Amino acid sequence: MKWSNIKELLMHILFFLTACVSIFAVVLICVFLFANGIPAIGKIGVFKFLLGTKWKPGNDIYGILPMILGSLYVTAGAIIIGVPIGLLTAVFLAKFCPKGLYKILKPATELMAGVPSVVYGFFGLVVLVPLVQNIFGVAGNTMLTASVLLGIMILPTIIGVSESAIRAVPDSYYEGSLALGASHERSVFFATLPAARSGILAGVVLGIGRAIGETMAVVMVAGNKPRMPQGLLDGVRTMTANIVMEMGYATDLHREALIATAVVLFVFILMINVTFSLLRRKDRA
Amino acid sequence: MSCKLAIEDLNLYYGDFHALKSIHMEIQPNEITAFIGPSGCGKSTLLKSLNRMNDLVEGCRITGAVKLDGEDIYHGMDVNLLRKRIGMVFQKPNPFPMSVYDNIAYGPRTHGIRSKAKLDDIVERSLRNAAIWDELKDRLKKSALGLSGGQQQRLCIARALAVEPEVLLMDEPTSALDPISTSKIEDLAVELKKDYTIVMVTHNMQQAARISDKTAFFLLGEVIEYGETESLFSMPKDKRTEDYITGRFG
Repeated sequence: MKWSNIKELLMHILFFLTACVSIFAVVLICVFLFANGIPAIGKIGVFKFLLGTKWKPGNDIYGILPMILGSLYVTAGAIIIGVPIGLLTAVFLAKFCPKGLYKILKPATELMAGVPSVVYGFFGLVVLVPLVQNIFGVAGNTMLTASVLLGIMILPTIIGVSESAIRAVPDSYYEGSLALGASHERSVFFATLPAARSGILAGVVLGIGRAIGETMAVVMVAGNKPRMPQGLLDGVRTMTANIVMEMGYATDLHREALIATAVVLFVFILMINVTFSLLRRKDRA
Repeated sequence: MSCKLAIEDLNLYYGDFHALKSIHMEIQPNEITAFIGPSGCGKSTLLKSLNRMNDLVEGCRITGAVKLDGEDIYHGMDVNLLRKRIGMVFQKPNPFPMSVYDNIAYGPRTHGIRSKAKLDDIVERSLRNAAIWDELKDRLKKSALGLSGGQQQRLCIARALAVEPEVLLMDEPTSALDPISTSKIEDLAVELKKDYTIVMVTHNMQQAARISDKTAFFLLGEVIEYGETESLFSMPKDKRTEDYITGRFG
């Protein structure tokens, strides 16, 4: 065998191994999570665990419904705030923005994605919490605060994916609409935008994934009360917050119950990712 | 006054490139006017300046005038209204990714028609005028993207008719279609000239000879010859026209 062939083969193996490392990491996480979490769910009881409304580790009561609802509500709030703003920003960037302004705005939205979440959390703590406190006259660590903060945090995801989806729509739709006497605005919103629908939806789903998995920023502003969410202006605890707040000192079943919380979170993320790839595939078809 | 569109000393530049050179032309109503010439000669460019689609092209500059029934379309005319009066059919069929019905109703809805009965009526009439009603009447709610290329193109013609234009611009409407679909579109164009003024760009000289009343031959941004189709093809006045139609270049 020639030396160049051997070199090729070695590189081949090297690439294969590096690819294996990342897959191996994912598999390992799955194995670890399920091996530690499933038995705990069995011990507590599936229904008691998933539908239990009380979380009292001191009394060995582990119901995570408050946290599941907390995560869902906060994520829904983030979507309600983030999607309209993000989508309209994407439309603006793709179809209305003057070139000079684009050169500033585009990197700015990209920078948003790079800001560490603890910095967002700090912003929330210093700006949003007092704001909610002053406006509504309640303790500022609320579901509303967390929703607004998460809504801001998912903007770059939604803007980025939606903008590229809008740009991927053939100009022929836009031109066809103009040729019928439609204005620029109508053509963008009624011809181009519907054609980008599934791509935009994929962006929203990706945003949901980010919001539901976010930990640090949420912990800093959400109040973290482990009880059933009472309303927009009350504190909530999300699944991620539940894990990160108690993992440091938990032992035995308590610890396992936290890992089981992570299993539930993982299943949520899994469903979101599957939805995302399905939408992507439909978009390309 | 007889002419529908008057093009007066029209010059068009893309940046530094002089794409159309001092064009003069009068387009008659209820006739098919064909633009022929080799690729890049400016015929599509001229067509697109008739409904101001060139406004979209960056660095495009126009001097001279285009007059629709005597009104200058570049000065003082609302561009959306202009495009309602001068419809366009594109080279590649471009139905919107929505149902057949919504495709046709898009234009009328744009111009403020909301009543379901009225829209139903317009959809049927437009599809009938485009000779495609019988093929599509049971598929109105189906996606337009599922139609064949020829059907899509006739749908696009129906969509253009739905806003009741006065002039119909067709930019190589059959170049992406098979011969049978092509002949259907040609028959349709001949049928439509009773009610509309049609301007058509074509690469296909037989097509121009078959269906048009007037023909303009373009070369390098100039109109070399413009006149009755019959005489232009049988007795071209200019040597270059003769060379082109006899297939010596282009």
